[in-house]
Amino acid sequence: MQKIMVCIKRVVDYNVRIRVKPDGTGVMLDGVKMSINPFDEIALEEALRIKERGTNIEVVAVSIGVTDTQQQLRTALAMGADRAILVQTDAAVEPLTAAQIFLALAKKENPDLIFLGKQAIDDDANQTGQMLAAIWDRPQATYASKVEIAAGKASVTREIDAGLETIEVDLPAVVTVDLRLNEPRYVKLPDIMKAKKKPLDVTSLDALGVSAGVLLKVIKTEPPPQRQKGVMVKDVAELVDVLKKKGLI
Amino acid sequence: MHKILIVGEHDGKNLNPATAKCVHCAAGISGGEITIVVLGADTAAVAGQAAAIAGVKSVLRVDRPENQHPLAAIFAPQLVALATDFTHIFGPSTSFGKDLMPRVAALLGVPQVSDLMAVEGSHRFKRPTYAGNAIVTVEAEPARKLVATVRVASFEAAKGGGSATVESKSLSVALPSHTRYIGAKTGSTDRPDLQTAKRVVSGGRALGSAENFKLLFSFADKIGAAVGASRAAVDAGYAPNEMQVGQTGKIISPDIYIAIGISGAIQHLTGIKDARTIVAINKDGEAPIFEVADVGLVGDLFQIVPEFERLVGG
Ligand SMILES: Cc1cc2nc3c(=O)[nH]c(=O)nc-3n(C[C@H](O)[C@H](O)[C@H](O)COP(=O)(O)OP(=O)(O)OC[C@H]3O[C@@H](n4cnc5c(N)ncnc54)[C@H](O)[C@@H]3O)c2cc1C
Repeated sequence: MQKIMVCIKRVVDYNVRIRVKPDGTGVMLDGVKMSINPFDEIALEEALRIKERGTNIEVVAVSIGVTDTQQQLRTALAMGADRAILVQTDAAVEPLTAAQIFLALAKKENPDLIFLGKQAIDDDANQTGQMLAAIWDRPQATYASKVEIAAGKASVTREIDAGLETIEVDLPAVVTVDLRLNEPRYVKLPDIMKAKKKPLDVTSLDALGVSAGVLLKVIKTEPPPQRQKGVMVKDVAELVDVLKKKGLI
Repeated sequence: MHKILIVGEHDGKNLNPATAKCVHCAAGISGGEITIVVLGADTAAVAGQAAAIAGVKSVLRVDRPENQHPLAAIFAPQLVALATDFTHIFGPSTSFGKDLMPRVAALLGVPQVSDLMAVEGSHRFKRPTYAGNAIVTVEAEPARKLVATVRVASFEAAKGGGSATVESKSLSVALPSHTRYIGAKTGSTDRPDLQTAKRVVSGGRALGSAENFKLLFSFADKIGAAVGASRAAVDAGYAPNEMQVGQTGKIISPDIYIAIGISGAIQHLTGIKDARTIVAINKDGEAPIFEVADVGLVGDLFQIVPEFERLVGG
């Protein structure tokens, strides 16, 4: 094991209350707090733990996005990534395009392992890791809650609907992570200072030979239907009464 | 004409009800012809179940020993080989479908619509983003094949009584050996399945321990409900991961959802928005769960739940 690549997405922070623009063209993003996608933070943490257990393992954090995405990559460097690459673009990047971009980076970097979050909390697509594994022609282990590396293989416990499943994959492989894999570390001030000196390369879609086409056209964005405000009951007897009247119990 | 291939989910014995929900979704595409494919080591039984779903024209069986366990890297190339004859390839938005379908889409070089929640046209669909807080309408290019996962909570299961033809397919597709199934740990339970239950009782961090969760199990058994949990309860080890409800757990649509000691974070609410009736029990009258609850009761769960159990029994 020599190199781990971690793919990071800049997203609206999970604490922000999302509001749809009245004209239906998207959600309001002006002045909204942006963060590393929480799943990607867990992906990075796992890479760092593997690095710290091993010797001479390099962790490369990569992202695709606007110039300001450098902020999230700086955070990744402060957490402990060795270097970072930003594929800078203002275009909206769909999962298949993101996978093609990461494939181009993988071909340059030749990582043994690529970690991603299982989904991004903005588009909730849950696709990029699987798509990357497909076009890289390598194994995928999604929804990881435990990862063990030994002798060119990864044994991965996955969270599935029925419980937990363990699979073994040959490296190189793509692993997408779930919430219970680990708890990401907090960055400390000295780490933020150190991160400023770490390399952060900026490249472009053109340089990688990928074009960001629109495969799925977004016609409109709307808020979800609101639920009616309900009734408050004063005690259990009344609760049971209401539910019986509704024929629910 | 639209030819829709649905990837059937099963455990070797039973077809998952998610498959019939995908059929219902696909039936919304007018002029569509629906085929279900089941891959497995021996799919005789589940192919029979698939053939009985109303509205299905044919069922394809792909039996080979390598298909014993649903590994995406093994299934995807076989589905790509089958895809030639189809315009749409749908799978359920379950852990099985979410793992598999993007691999199929990428091998075909086409986009995927995740969590399809409404059909607006043969290539126009609605899907949730931002934990269900923004619904987008997307349109795909009809010239390309379309891959989608179907948000099963948005669709009722198609009815039975169908009589589709069943055909065995042998595909000469080379399969990779880089991915191996080792084993699974699944909670066996006599309780109703969380994803299809009509009644769900769900507990949060407030339960405080795995021991206290037994309160909920006892109550759930009394009313024939499945048991769910918030992420906080699962993270704390009070409940196993398969019980998690929400953005990153299960999205469910029971007739009644009883949230007990759950605050109602947006990530949790996105999993229960389709419940017909939401009941909230929480000691904090300001908890956000009350904003979506149809019936709310403020109080201590440790007093309320045993009393609730007693009163519904009578
Ligand atoms: C990326 C991401 C994904 C997530 N995905 C999910 C998900 O899929 N599902 C999910 O559930 N969460 C998810 N979360 C977590 C979510 O944000 C909340 O942290 C979580 O839902 C809180 O769980 P809770 O309501 O049990 O706990 P808390 O928020 O701590 O609420 C406990 C509640 O219990 C009440 N209470 C305490 N004692 C009593 C008592 N004796 N009687 C009655 N009431 C009592 C309190 O008033 C409080 O409202 C996710 C978070 C992130 C960042």
